[in-house]
Amino acid sequence: MLVLVCGPHAQGTAPASPLTLVTREGRRPIASTILNGQEFIGLDDLAALFMLAVREDALAGGVTVIYKGRTVVASNDQPMASINGRVVTLPAPIARAGRRLLVPLDFIPRAIAPIYDSPIELRRASRLLIVGNVRVPRVAIRLEAAGPPTRLTVDVVPPLVVSTASDAGRVLVRIEADALDIATTPAGAGLIDQIRTGDQTTTVAIALNARAGMPRISTMTTNESTRVLVEVPLAAQQETAAPAPAPPPPPAAAPPEAPAPLLGTRTAKLQTMVVDAGHGGDDNGVRGPKGMLEKQVTLDAARRLKTLVESRLGVRVVMTREDDRAVSLDERDAIANNSKADLFLSLHANASPSASVKGTEVYYLRLDRTGEEARRTAAATELILPVVGGVTRPIDIIPWDLAQASHVDASSRFASMLEEELEKRVPAGRRPLQQAPMRVLSGANMPAALVEMVYLTNGEQEQRVKSDEFQGAVVEAIYGAIVRFKTYLEAAPTP
Amino acid sequence: MSRTRWLQVGGIVLVFAVAAWIASSVLERVVSPAAVPSTAPAPAAPAVGVPHIIATLYYGTADGQALAAVKREVPLGEGPREQGRQILESELEDAPAPYLSLIPRGTTLRAFYITDRGDAFVDLSAEVSTMHPGGSTNELLTVYAIVNAVTANLTSVERVQILIDGRQADTLAGHVDLRRPFERDTVLVRETKSTE
Repeated sequence: MLVLVCGPHAQGTAPASPLTLVTREGRRPIASTILNGQEFIGLDDLAALFMLAVREDALAGGVTVIYKGRTVVASNDQPMASINGRVVTLPAPIARAGRRLLVPLDFIPRAIAPIYDSPIELRRASRLLIVGNVRVPRVAIRLEAAGPPTRLTVDVVPPLVVSTASDAGRVLVRIEADALDIATTPAGAGLIDQIRTGDQTTTVAIALNARAGMPRISTMTTNESTRVLVEVPLAAQQETAAPAPAPPPPPAAAPPEAPAPLLGTRTAKLQTMVVDAGHGGDDNGVRGPKGMLEKQVTLDAARRLKTLVESRLGVRVVMTREDDRAVSLDERDAIANNSKADLFLSLHANASPSASVKGTEVYYLRLDRTGEEARRTAAATELILPVVGGVTRPIDIIPWDLAQASHVDASSRFASMLEEELEKRVPAGRRPLQQAPMRVLSGANMPAALVEMVYLTNGEQEQRVKSDEFQGAVVEAIYGAIVRFKTYLEAAPTP
Repeated sequence: MSRTRWLQVGGIVLVFAVAAWIASSVLERVVSPAAVPSTAPAPAAPAVGVPHIIATLYYGTADGQALAAVKREVPLGEGPREQGRQILESELEDAPAPYLSLIPRGTTLRAFYITDRGDAFVDLSAEVSTMHPGGSTNELLTVYAIVNAVTANLTSVERVQILIDGRQADTLAGHVDLRRPFERDTVLVRETKSTE
């Protein structure tokens, strides 16, 4: 005997907020209905979603749901279901609205999850139905406006890799996950104007107030959670973010500037550059046949290059590491972005399965489909941020890990200059200039290139790389390219 | 040991060898490398009697500068998913001379699946990263050997995502971005050959 939900309840009402399905393919809303105070979902929708076969058995008074030979029998008049013979209770029996069969929402975790191949998790508070091995951390954002400083904490449970970036007037917290489970996003207060979580599914964007100073960001990971603490102080009187140890005076003293360039714009000067010594710490990189380690070769070259560029060109050089330590690829990009560098150069030594291969190779980023889309649609997803003077201006938003998308043209120029200068002084590889999806380049918000200085797997090159003469030649060549790029940059019209 | 004893041992070995051969012809793939007679043909070639396809696999050219597309026999798999698994299992084996292996020895295929949208996921064991010798160029060759082996042979696959130990990974050895799926790319391919 079917329980017919009729009369005033037959249509049901829509829930206050829709249920969202989260899978590896993305997110989408699923329709549900409130009947008699219980939330129901169409069995036909579930059948399509989970590839279930549904058979109605009018005589037995129930419905059989089959998935890969496993069955659930749900009763029409009892709030329960039998899963492969084991009985579970449900908050309500199956209901019927017109021709459709409806099951209570709990039918998904209690009856379908036990027979389904992939994990299914229903998070009622955040209205998420998570299917498959998808990382959806719970994210709690709290704002303490009593200050200054204004404090914002972002707690991520379970702990995950979190990268942060601060740009003029904005802090981005990017969580390495497939989606975020954010209960509530507090409204802006104190020195924080706005907190946005919807623009990109795994990024929390924090827009700072015009009176805000340089934010201090710290990340702490315990066994239970990752916590990001953003402290926003009041801007000191004309505290022009003076870069720490200022070596030789910068080439034309910069006038007190409006906000520094954001994603998508190009600076017209080369004042700061980042030199990234590849690998380090427990990551040795390539090991040559005689035991020479890539992490040492890159650090030696980076130090020489820093000295040369700072002393001769007056350009400030920030190193991603000064000694033998492990630095993640995201951290390297973060260092470059946080120092508002105008150029990023990553130094590496190469390897080949054949010991005969030798020569230098230069790489710049190749965008995949997503990167190209990010570049094209940046303008369409702009964020309106306040700037000095109480006005707002639209800012192009590009996913944090694709910051390089807007600089690929300039990067290709820099890479060509590197290749040409290197070719004059040291042997070039078979493909001296290449475009490839290099991880360390993708998050750099400035022109960027990577140089493979030498093949350490080649015995002769491993021997030569130790010599002062060879190291000097490589570093001089790179320096030559930097000088050329500086001229190009400073001659180009400002956007 | 007496001659009779030797004969007995030899007889048992022979019986096992025959049983293993029958099992390998009946089952979809060879049960274990130990069961394959040592006189078996090139590693990627299936045992005699096992239905096979001719697939294009990718190895390093002898000079280590590029990818070589090499036609080889690979056991027939039922449907794209099973066929993809067979192709990758063969790709993970040592390269035939004179080509060079680009995937670290000891790497195993943990899983392979294809979504409705034509994205394939190749889940490899940690050795592909921990045993990788490094270098941008080397890493690119490894990645595209895997990506091209899947996309060149399975028309339903448009993009390939490489997972390590079931998880999305950053890179194999610090260079090539593995966070997003790859499309087929033949820029690195230099020569096309078929094996005997």
